[in-house]
Amino acid sequence: MFPAVFRLSTTGARTLATRFRPGHTAPLASRCYSHAKVETDEEFDARWVTYFNKPDIDTWELKKGMNTLIGYDLVPEAKILDSALRACRRLNDLASAIRILEAVKDKAGPHKDIYPYLLQELKPTLAELGISTPEELGIDKI
Amino acid sequence: MCQMLGLTAGRFGTRFLGRRVMALVTPSSATMASHGHGHADVSEIADMSKPMYCDRMDTPLPDRAYKDELNAADKTLKEKEKGPWNQLTKEEKIALYRLMFRKTYPEMKQKTDEWKTVMGGIFIFLGLTGLLVWWQSIYVYPAQPRTFDSEWQAKQIQRMLDMRVNPVEGLASKWDYEKGQWK
Repeated sequence: MFPAVFRLSTTGARTLATRFRPGHTAPLASRCYSHAKVETDEEFDARWVTYFNKPDIDTWELKKGMNTLIGYDLVPEAKILDSALRACRRLNDLASAIRILEAVKDKAGPHKDIYPYLLQELKPTLAELGISTPEELGIDKI
Repeated sequence: MCQMLGLTAGRFGTRFLGRRVMALVTPSSATMASHGHGHADVSEIADMSKPMYCDRMDTPLPDRAYKDELNAADKTLKEKEKGPWNQLTKEEKIALYRLMFRKTYPEMKQKTDEWKTVMGGIFIFLGLTGLLVWWQSIYVYPAQPRTFDSEWQAKQIQRMLDMRVNPVEGLASKWDYEKGQWK
């Protein structure tokens, strides 16, 4: 790149102008964007599903995973929650499964349509594992 | 991650004292050993070296279950939890939830009347301060200098006008010397 610049400067300003006319002021490589690869949504979901799918997942890993996931600025996809609920089943922890549903409802915030959608998606799993929703148990009200 | 709830005030108050001061303030090791759990000042000391429970909306699964000491009924319920959950009744499921957690999310979000306590406390202290300031102005302040009397102030301003103090944009410029009044 630098030898090219020197050659251009010796040929004079007019040549410089004609060479640069197309209007590009800077080549793309010199822009200040990070070169890190951005994880796609599918990759993110897959990663978390894999995390909770670990057959011998232990209690700490479940807690750490859930608390981290809830810390993100998003509502987890149904497949991640399905994986997490099955992890609760492997750990014989019904209370945590119900807690996960509560947390996800809270994460949706003002978007009241997300939680019913997720319940609808998770209905087969909830029925299979025998997990009652907070609404069914009546603990969604004070 | 969990907030440090259930901590007695005494422990925190002593944290900022130096070691030498602590030695004077805390009872000697001999008396500590003999007292054991019979302290009158503390009811329950949280063991901060162990995982603690917390009710936080951003931490759905705390480090520890809420109820650690399970009686026989709780233990049988926990055994039943290892089987199919479809066989649990609603009440059993709620009981399992309550063993693990203290408050539900709606209970966590419940508004409290704490703000009334805070505002009340603020007003009480403002009021007490006001009383103190009033008492101080009567009993502490020395007599007012005579230059504060309204008579003296009037004569002072008259003198300033006579001297033409700040005639361009200030005091004297605001006085109408023909009519003998403020502009």
